[in-house]
Amino acid sequence: MQLARVIGSVVASEKADGLEGVRFLVIQPLDKNQEPDGRTVVAADAVHMAGPGELVYFVSSREAAEALPVRFVPVDHAITGIVDDVHLGVES
Amino acid sequence: MKVGNVVGTVVSTVNIPILDEHRLLLCDIQGVDGRPDGYTICIDVVDAGIGETVLILDEGNSARQILGLETGAIRAVIVGVVDELVVDGESRVVT
Repeated sequence: MQLARVIGSVVASEKADGLEGVRFLVIQPLDKNQEPDGRTVVAADAVHMAGPGELVYFVSSREAAEALPVRFVPVDHAITGIVDDVHLGVES
Repeated sequence: MKVGNVVGTVVSTVNIPILDEHRLLLCDIQGVDGRPDGYTICIDVVDAGIGETVLILDEGNSARQILGLETGAIRAVIVGVVDELVVDGESRVVT
């Protein structure tokens, strides 16, 4: 899983089967120091509570679909948690 | 599997239910030269601590097998603490 910042939302009324009721958010992946790292992606919100500006973590690839109520849906990124705190113990 | 170093912890109260019972650690992934090459947030099943060199499994089916789950959105799991690491005949510093 990686860290990301929620920067927007996507609304789509026509979606693939199994994606009814799933929220989609635009997220900016971050490095461990919470600096932007890579391209923005659209992620399904598996916790139903993430909103713009929040620090979250997300899972990629096939595991993203596992986070949603219907299995094997066409989703490749899913938000699996809202971060309260990141504590970096040692510099590297 | 990958070799990594635990560099931090991630705390969340709102998360998918599977993650309620597991500690999340932020790990640098060691590149071929031993320097950090990206990072991943892992579930810890071996009680690893910050600063330790660890073995990271980064594949969903194996991760679910380790945790005894049929389904679940998990992928990266710390499955071992490294005692010794030798690359190209040279011993790497393990912490």
